[in-house]
Amino acid sequence: MKEKTGLMKNKHKSIWVFGDYRNYYQNRVTLQLISKAMDLAKSINAEVCALIFGYEIDEWIMEYTAHGADRILAIDDPALKSYSTERYLAIMEALVKEREPEIILIGATDFGREFAPRLAKRLKTGLSADCVGLEIDATGLLVQIAPSFGGNMLAEIVTEYHRPQMATVRPGTFKEIPHDNRRKAQVERLSLMKGLPQPRVRLIEYERCAEKEHSIENAQVIVCGGRGMGNKNNFVKLHELARLLGGGVGATRPVVYAGWADHNSLVGQAGKHIKPKILFSFGISGAIQHTAGLGEADFIVAINKNPQATMMKMADVAMVADAGDVLHSLIKELKRRIRE
Amino acid sequence: MLQLVVCIKQVPMVTELPWDEKSGTLRRDLAPGMMNPACKHALEAALQIKEKYSAHITVITMGPPAAKEVLYEALAMGADSTILICDKIFAGSDTYATSWILAQAIKKQCANVDLILCGAFTSDSETAQVGPQLAERMNVPAVAYVEKIEVNGKTLRVRRIVDNFRETLEMECPALVTISMENYLPRYVGLGGLQRAFGEHQIDILDAAALGVGVGDVKQEGSRTKVRQVFLRKTDKENVFLTGVAVNVVSEFLNKYERKISTVIGKSIEGKNRTNEE
Repeated sequence: MKEKTGLMKNKHKSIWVFGDYRNYYQNRVTLQLISKAMDLAKSINAEVCALIFGYEIDEWIMEYTAHGADRILAIDDPALKSYSTERYLAIMEALVKEREPEIILIGATDFGREFAPRLAKRLKTGLSADCVGLEIDATGLLVQIAPSFGGNMLAEIVTEYHRPQMATVRPGTFKEIPHDNRRKAQVERLSLMKGLPQPRVRLIEYERCAEKEHSIENAQVIVCGGRGMGNKNNFVKLHELARLLGGGVGATRPVVYAGWADHNSLVGQAGKHIKPKILFSFGISGAIQHTAGLGEADFIVAINKNPQATMMKMADVAMVADAGDVLHSLIKELKRRIRE
Repeated sequence: MLQLVVCIKQVPMVTELPWDEKSGTLRRDLAPGMMNPACKHALEAALQIKEKYSAHITVITMGPPAAKEVLYEALAMGADSTILICDKIFAGSDTYATSWILAQAIKKQCANVDLILCGAFTSDSETAQVGPQLAERMNVPAVAYVEKIEVNGKTLRVRRIVDNFRETLEMECPALVTISMENYLPRYVGLGGLQRAFGEHQIDILDAAALGVGVGDVKQEGSRTKVRQVFLRKTDKENVFLTGVAVNVVSEFLNKYERKISTVIGKSIEGKNRTNEE
């Protein structure tokens, strides 16, 4: 009973990449997706098409061309000066219905994750979220690898019977190809469609936030503590270890609630997502609310009396001992060893 | 009085679940459930609106009969009424189907809704898609990742930080917001409150028939995506366990990883030949 919307109509298949240029300075996800789309396009004999909606967008047209797009659909209009989910939705819906792309890839930025689900609903098609892998299977379907449970589990998702196949993709998952000014793309400059509905959400004011300073989000070494530290006096000693290692201190939610640490140091789903080279985890059991923020920690050292704790199973090195005692010894031993 | 609807989800209180290859689903029944953290923040936002402007809060969830637990918790926190959408034909719904089912329930039971609040994302599947798709289903203006809501008559002013931009936006009711976890720290409910909720309240249960939804509709508006397989993330971690007295464990650790640590911190700690003065 499932209709195969637009499955066989297209002579020439197209993979679309949404140009999320607002995030260019933060994560370059659009360039990463163009690169991955070029890869996927080979398997299904498709072109790679980037979309850019905005005002005075020539720099993005050049950038996406230099990074590998075969075609660019651009709408350059003062009405598109700031990002508007509703305007972009109306434009995309019209363009997709007219041109029937096979695949649409969108960066899993805050914007992308608000925009893509609404677009998928309008197009009556499937969407997977925050993918960390994409491949084309033997039948030509896009296999979308999406994380769940804070990245502990991965799901292979396909949209079998509806088109386009849509995915948002986590920034940093794929590598952009180097900039090459000799590349050429077919640039189609379209005018803004007439009669689009007036957006119902009004942007009153917006400003780019200042870059965060001293945030543990960018620290190479992070020392995290949980309830297993026992008390506030033990917990504050984590700062001494962090100082010795040139790192920052993170905390779990119960610890923040207890007033041992402030909210800025909360690590996890409701707090910071961290990506240290080394993470020390003292007296933390590993509840999902906390581990959801650890997906990108490289080397994990967990200290807990309970060897069964989730955190211990996630660790590269798990020390089965009292967290406070280990902290004390570690500080003492490091002070003896460190030579600047 | 404002009519508020909060959509919540019960999620497993664990970091992984077994995957049943036969049914192609996660064995959620094997884990204890809890109210999804972001949903709890959404409920808190509704409660704060109620305290300031007076409102009626209906909390809706879709899930198995056990999902009643999170509705009782919502009642204990201060919700006024609750709906459990529960039917086997809804099992395994993706966000496309879920948003449609939720919309049917809201249209049927809360037709005069002013504001729908959802958690920005869940801790299990983490798609963040149901809220935005529900807005499309209801055809109402929507803003995701909201940190602060002010109500002025039927105008909503919301604030959020997205992609490192601080934004203030306005829209008219009826509308939808998804709530981030930056603000609206959920209130604590003690056991007594929970016990009272169990004693005093009754949960309305709606199945497909009660929603006026047939098998044909479910096919028409059903899931677009298919989960082919679920697997644990492959890890190349050694997962070395060190046991013993703290002092010895620390020495063993530093001796084994001194080079790695030195490289990362940019200072040498390679000193296993130094005498331990302890």
